[in-house]
Amino acid sequence: MNYDFEQPILELEERIAALESFAREKEIDLSQEINHLKARAEELKKKIYSQLSPWQKLLIARHPARPNLRDYVSLLFTDFFELHGDRCAGDDPAVLGGIARFRNRPVTVIGHLKGHDTRENLACNFGMAHPEGYRKALRLMRQAEKFCRPVITFIDTPGAYPGIGAEERGQACAIARCLAGMLELKTPVISVILGEGGSGGALAFAAADRILMQEHAIFSVISPEAYASILWQDPARGREAAEKMKITAQDLLAYRLIDEVIPEPLGGAHRNAGEAARLLGEALERHLNEVTGLPIRELLARRQERFRRLSPRVFL
Amino acid sequence: MLRVKPRYATVSPPAGRQEGGGWSKCPRCGEIRLDGELEKFLKVCPKCGYHYRLGARERLQITLDEGSFCEWDGDMEPVNPFGCPAYAEKLALAQKESGLREAVITGEGEICGHRVAVAAMDSRFIMGSMGVVVGEKITRALERAAEKRLPLVVFCASGGARMQEGVFSLMQMAKTCAAVNAFAREGLLYISVLTDPTTGGVSASFAFLGDIILAEPGALIGFAGPRVIEQTIRQKLPEGFQRAEFLRQHGMIDEVVPRSQLKPVLARILALHAGEARV
Repeated sequence: MNYDFEQPILELEERIAALESFAREKEIDLSQEINHLKARAEELKKKIYSQLSPWQKLLIARHPARPNLRDYVSLLFTDFFELHGDRCAGDDPAVLGGIARFRNRPVTVIGHLKGHDTRENLACNFGMAHPEGYRKALRLMRQAEKFCRPVITFIDTPGAYPGIGAEERGQACAIARCLAGMLELKTPVISVILGEGGSGGALAFAAADRILMQEHAIFSVISPEAYASILWQDPARGREAAEKMKITAQDLLAYRLIDEVIPEPLGGAHRNAGEAARLLGEALERHLNEVTGLPIRELLARRQERFRRLSPRVFL
Repeated sequence: MLRVKPRYATVSPPAGRQEGGGWSKCPRCGEIRLDGELEKFLKVCPKCGYHYRLGARERLQITLDEGSFCEWDGDMEPVNPFGCPAYAEKLALAQKESGLREAVITGEGEICGHRVAVAAMDSRFIMGSMGVVVGEKITRALERAAEKRLPLVVFCASGGARMQEGVFSLMQMAKTCAAVNAFAREGLLYISVLTDPTTGGVSASFAFLGDIILAEPGALIGFAGPRVIEQTIRQKLPEGFQRAEFLRQHGMIDEVVPRSQLKPVLARILALHAGEARV
């Protein structure tokens, strides 16, 4: 699947392919022209992907082939063992959790799970969690605390699921408790925003010592479509909303709301999942080393301070 | 200007005149009442029990002992993090229409002689939404209440995070939750009263972290708004869904308390927690 803004790249790549097959057929040497075009394609890619608009980034963040949590679990961790259930009512397939080893260190992994296609997405509810998901997450965080394991959370959700059952079973309460619990967890927590981080349903996993974001990930108070629908009564103006809302990793880093932007392979993580995982793993290890070196008391004070400082003074 | 005195008073509204000009019609039973009359009943319809929304000042007035209120941070002005002109306009209009600086008033006062810290949100101010300043005032109320060792009562009324302030408003959820945690560690009492409406980022943060959670009858309480849910699941929602009574039935809140009973109930709970908290 490709997007409009990638059209010039595709056209160039088609021309290269055509030229290559022509050269093979006619047995003539066109390598100079081909290399020239390849270099141009590379330039073009760099240019296009470094100047993506927020809306274009949103499209990449939602790309169906973008590596999801399950992909990163297998690429980054070993000995992963999935743990199920909230010990209250059920197990939420939109939240994946378990214990694993990250570069020889036992960790707890928790995050939203999106699918790559409709079948997978139906199974995991498009990464939209129910209260059971937030309760499972909190349960696993407390378990990690008991065994002094760092927690790594992965955020990739359009938002918490807005449904009858979710409301009946206390969606708001479950999110509030997950958030409050995470803020005082006596073990290091690192959050990574992988794709889409939408609303309170995303923030519930982001009350961390470090918040990292992939280059093309977005993080927003509400989806741009919903923003447009609520403020302008027109969900079709999502693109315009995205441009206004300051949702890109680069914007949020400039506001110091996140700690680091993790680079992605050219064109987005879906173009090369292995490379995306390598870059992510490198950043994770660095931050883990930093936070695990701090005394817990100081870690907790800093975690609370990072949110406390978001006061009106910031804007004066 | 000369004003023509009406020769007789009409109970039903004159044709063509807007509701709000001295009268209102009960949204539930359709009964029409003049404003002064409704106030006598604490803005609860005497016929059907419908609870009209209260502004923050009205709320404090009917809850706190007369003359006991002392406001905190009353001079804090809203911020406009992205300098958006449309938002600046909206804020100015909200301030003009509500007579408030922001969507929450905080301070301290007395409830039947019990000294408390209190916060009252106002749904007339951009639907009581929580931006940086609302988050800050709630956080400061928690911090100051802890310093003064006072219990805190929060009257929630909010549609959720203030969208115009983007991720800054989203982060206020984490900020207020951290403040509630710190307050709880002091062993102090936090009573959260959910009023119509309490949804979104407010319900999913400090509103649902009270030691005791009360709600007014018929108040809309939830995470997602009913319209969003209907659009998502494409079916009509059941009668009474997300109302206070529904939440009570599902174990999400401690009690539904009619407005006329709220002050005595708060006083009783406060009395049961009186005395120095053990830390």
